[in-house]
Amino acid sequence: MDYILNHFNYIIVVIIMMLGLWGMLSLSNLVKKLISMAIFQTGIILFYISMGAKKGSSIPIIKQAYDDHHHPIHQTINHIDYANPLTQILMLTAIVVGVATLGLGLALTQRVYSEHKSLNEDEILESLS
Amino acid sequence: MIDQAPALIVVIPLLAALFITVIGVYKPRLSWILTVLTFVITSIFTIITLKQVVVIGPVYYMFGNWPAPFGIEFVIDHLNALIIAMISIVALLVAIYSKHDVKKELGDKIPHFYSLFTLLVTGLLGITMTGDAFNLYVLLEVSALTSYALLALSKGRAYIATFNYLIMGTIGACFYLLGVGYLLINTGSLNMADIATIINANTYSYAVLAAFLFIMIGMWTKMALFPLHGWLPNVYTYAPTSTSCLLAPLMTKVSVYVMLRMMTSVFNYDYIFNVLQWQQVIVALAVLAILAGSILAFRQDNLKRMLTYLIVAEIGYMVGGAWLGNVNGFTGASYHIIADGFMTLCLFLAIGCIIYKIGDSSLASMKGIFKKMPLTMVGFLIGAFSMIGIPPTCGFFSKWYLLSGAYEAGAWPFFVALLVSSLVNAILFFRIIEVGYFHALPEEEPNHNHPKHKRDEAPLSMIIPLLTTAGLLIGIGIYTADIVTYLIRPFINTFL
Repeated sequence: MDYILNHFNYIIVVIIMMLGLWGMLSLSNLVKKLISMAIFQTGIILFYISMGAKKGSSIPIIKQAYDDHHHPIHQTINHIDYANPLTQILMLTAIVVGVATLGLGLALTQRVYSEHKSLNEDEILESLS
Repeated sequence: MIDQAPALIVVIPLLAALFITVIGVYKPRLSWILTVLTFVITSIFTIITLKQVVVIGPVYYMFGNWPAPFGIEFVIDHLNALIIAMISIVALLVAIYSKHDVKKELGDKIPHFYSLFTLLVTGLLGITMTGDAFNLYVLLEVSALTSYALLALSKGRAYIATFNYLIMGTIGACFYLLGVGYLLINTGSLNMADIATIINANTYSYAVLAAFLFIMIGMWTKMALFPLHGWLPNVYTYAPTSTSCLLAPLMTKVSVYVMLRMMTSVFNYDYIFNVLQWQQVIVALAVLAILAGSILAFRQDNLKRMLTYLIVAEIGYMVGGAWLGNVNGFTGASYHIIADGFMTLCLFLAIGCIIYKIGDSSLASMKGIFKKMPLTMVGFLIGAFSMIGIPPTCGFFSKWYLLSGAYEAGAWPFFVALLVSSLVNAILFFRIIEVGYFHALPEEEPNHNHPKHKRDEAPLSMIIPLLTTAGLLIGIGIYTADIVTYLIRPFINTFL
């Protein structure tokens, strides 16, 4: 039970990713495939975000404190107080990539539909053979 | 200027891609000249860099002067110096070649084609040079997205083939990204050299294993290793000629390079070959890839489609060679990236010329082709000889290194598969020679006023790149010893 509670985020991530992967590989509707792709990518984004998350931490900007005479107070900086911003920055890039892929995929789906008059992969393959 | 060469190699085509889009709206004709000019400059820079690497050693370039583990670093060592030279030269040759073909096949989409073309090559050059694991993912997606768009410029069946490629390509890239995520959890770093030192200091955990597995499976999907090859033949068959000429030699080879880079520079030799000990399984997969590719190629009557299955077999060569785990195996695999890049290019260019003139690449339409298009067929034959492995073409030498690697490792199935594949290639290409040389032209009628077999070659801008590539195949073959001693061996010495 402890294991599940401690790794709750990762378990959710695995479930989301596997749902997406299953959908991409086994569904026959092209739009559903693309939706599954978006779900898969969201799973990866959650994975990255949750690895960088830290309870009670703040953004890595050092807030300068001043005393009554407006002189800066020397502070000790604890790295434990700050969350690693790297994963979130990486995921900004990954989100952009994901949006581009999804847009391209939808444009392609439109072309496929105007070409074959169907969005079902099995029907399209049947009409081709 | 030369200090900035690693950055300029990527920046010049990137800016050119944007520039071509804008210029193309007003003057579509200029886009071809701009593309060729871009790749002439890029090729010069890559060759200067190659020379610099040979003379001085690896080049490190830090973007914005941020020191290595924090900023993004480009590392050009002996192996990728060779590969960026190959990529830029292939791009230049295809750019020259595409002039008439694009006009005929794509019509008013010329500027779009050329801007995507330059952007794709930017991505590939970046993948090859980067020393940052996440940066590699971004560039991988840049090249993948542009390749989907390039493939979809075609019509008809290309759309559904490209859609499947998009799905498989995204799965591959996402698996790679997951692998990088595990590495980030484990080491807190994204710089490849930094990751390597941190992993070496620790004992190997399951997280490292997961990272390795995800990255490898991702790359195998991208390179179309046998059970994951399903997308490749349709995509390359239905693509426009110039697109397939660019993608077929480069996309899969760059993925093989990423696999080699990950195996040697991020994870280390000791971990892969002594701790995991999977080499026999992977070599068996490579054997399957070679045999399946050869058998499937044998069943095709369309030349272009046959070649796509031969690519699947060639991937088996490189993966198998890299996983033999000895010096000759690595030498063969690294050398074969270059050799296979140029020989695939040569064959696709030749087929492109045939399609340009005849409009079809089925075996039946090859009758009398040798008399009709002698220059094209000279290029085709040299490419075919390299594929079969006849000296002095470079295909012979890569096969030689792979065979001696297989012999040393005692990997007999791989040894036999290589020989069988050569034999199958010989039969395949001699079948074409038989049809093309000995069978008569179809429209050959007793017409005494005209010469019997009229020569009808593709335009000069298509023939010259083809014959240059054919010459390069022989040239690389002749200079094999130099390439191996000055470039590939120093690379292998860094980890073995």
